Amino acid sequence: MSPTTRQETLETSAPAAEAGPMNARGETASRRRGRASRSKNPAQSKTHAVPFKVRWRRDWQMVLMMVPGVLVMLLFAYIPILGNVIAFQDYQPYLTVFEAPFVGMEKFVGLFDDPAFLDAFRNTMVLAVTQLVLFFPVPIILALVVDSLSPRRIRNVFQSIVYLPHFLSWVLVITFFQEFLGGAGFINNMLKLMGMGSIPFMTDPTTFPLMATIQLVWKDAGWAMIIFLAALSTVDVSLYEAAAADGAGRWRRLWHVTLPALRPVIILLLILRIGDILSVGFEQFILQRDNVGPGAAEVLDTYVYYSGVIGGDWSAGAAAGLAKGVISALLIWGANSLAHKFGEAGLFQKKVG
Amino acid sequence: MTSLLKRKASGLSYSPTRPAWKEKPSRLYSGLKVLIVVVVTACIGLPVLVVFATSFADNQQIIQSGGYVLWPTHPNLDAYRTLFSGNLMIRALGVSAFITVVGTAIALFVTILLAYATSRPVLFGRPVVLAVLFTMLFSAGIIPMYLMIKQLGLIDSLWSLILPGALGGFNFVVMRSFFMNIPGELIESARIDGASDWKILWTMVLPLSKAVTAVVGLFYAVGIWNSFFNALLYLNDTAKWPVQVVLRSYVLQGKSMAADQLGVAVHAQPQSLQMAVVVVALVPILLVYPFLQRHFTKGVITGAVKG
Repeated sequence: MSPTTRQETLETSAPAAEAGPMNARGETASRRRGRASRSKNPAQSKTHAVPFKVRWRRDWQMVLMMVPGVLVMLLFAYIPILGNVIAFQDYQPYLTVFEAPFVGMEKFVGLFDDPAFLDAFRNTMVLAVTQLVLFFPVPIILALVVDSLSPRRIRNVFQSIVYLPHFLSWVLVITFFQEFLGGAGFINNMLKLMGMGSIPFMTDPTTFPLMATIQLVWKDAGWAMIIFLAALSTVDVSLYEAAAADGAGRWRRLWHVTLPALRPVIILLLILRIGDILSVGFEQFILQRDNVGPGAAEVLDTYVYYSGVIGGDWSAGAAAGLAKGVISALLIWGANSLAHKFGEAGLFQKKVG
Repeated sequence: MTSLLKRKASGLSYSPTRPAWKEKPSRLYSGLKVLIVVVVTACIGLPVLVVFATSFADNQQIIQSGGYVLWPTHPNLDAYRTLFSGNLMIRALGVSAFITVVGTAIALFVTILLAYATSRPVLFGRPVVLAVLFTMLFSAGIIPMYLMIKQLGLIDSLWSLILPGALGGFNFVVMRSFFMNIPGELIESARIDGASDWKILWTMVLPLSKAVTAVVGLFYAVGIWNSFFNALLYLNDTAKWPVQVVLRSYVLQGKSMAADQLGVAVHAQPQSLQMAVVVVALVPILLVYPFLQRHFTKGVITGAVKG
């Protein structure tokens, strides 16, 4: 029998294995004790009681399987997170992070003297709020429409069409908009053929937040609808029936049955949006920054890129990025706790795993 | 098999007959519904149609109609012939195909192993899961990532487009929640028979997880094919540009393709040539979309609910 074979189960909820016969090779008392204490019941799950060596011998293959993933995570998530230390330094490309002089919070304070940063911050908030207000209701309305479409075939075809743009890259989406609404695009060509002047849909900074929201709706409203559709399909039909029997019309049923059923999903998605408020679609804006101008289309992420990678002020860029990341994480955390307080499931369940 | 999965995946059933308690839809209400459906379909379908039509249209028609056509009267392949006679597009397609195929394979390998190992209560399982979830909450940012890629010597290497995305938090959650639903007794019995964890994963668990593997693989593939900013950030060498970056510089930024396709006589209108580039970027997505659509609803909902 190979040393890796074990009668002890990895699945904690298998009492049969716990009561099973002894390992032929004989086991130490501690292992037996450990095994008996492994159970799904949290009151008993003192897994620490199993000595490390025993668990290692039992689990080493599984731990080995984690290695590639953990390595990727370390290299491309956790070490770069530590790399944010350059936000507190005066980093130059010819220095290593260990040699760069430490300057404390100077770079963070300096951001507030940079009009470009203040612009980026303001644009981000304007765009995020516009998108939150104008985008959010669209998938709900779309889901209600799709849910009430009756010939099944039409419904399926329509669903396929509205999901599709989610899978197109931002480059493609902006290209479509450019070809359609741009200065030499389809609509403006038609206007010209009809002898009218052109309308700068794509380059007018004042209407840009609206334009950006329309782009987002085009790309993702259908996709965002899926989750509302799923929630709608779980609504108990007898509730509608009872409401109708009590004299509730179509709109009252919508208000008193459908919308309460959607509430957990709506709260979940609002949390996601609020947590994301500082990262309005990065690629969407970097693609249009040149056409619209940084005054309206510079957002925090593009600021990080242009001031750091292009402009060479690595530390300032890192400081802006770090501040954004920390505030975003706190926002998600706060919104999630709020959801728990209101008795909703929220984004992260209380118990992970 | 597929029809069964489809039925399960959609799960969004409705009853074709109107129940007795429901009032008859008013004309205004139905009219509004039809209007919404038609307008939404047109908004998505029309740009796609115009791009395809213009890429196939002949020069004369494009000039007459002012740049865009709705339906090519004399369809031809001039634009595509020009596009593929220069090596610009062929090279870009090669790069995109390489990073998509290799990147998806590596990402699936990494994700499946980690998701399976952490789907059972094993040593280090919980802290690793928490670590993945934390990366979904907080990312390092562009600058430290750039410095890391530079430190690893991956600037101007195609691996910089493959390795950083090898573990997607969302895909990990989808896979892991699927693996967690595989009954422990099944795995236990194989273990009693002396199978190693490797063998259990490859010969038992994976054959049970074909659908979820396909969905996650397609999510990775679409993500890599669509990624544009990583290439802009990490690749200075224009010869290594993937399709999306080519699309951006020759169509969105309007760089002249004739100048860069040295030695090639350009027969096609620049307009239809540009549209052909758009089509090249679009077609692979359209090809995998039917497969993707069959399963994704389920995956998305699992991922969102079991975060």
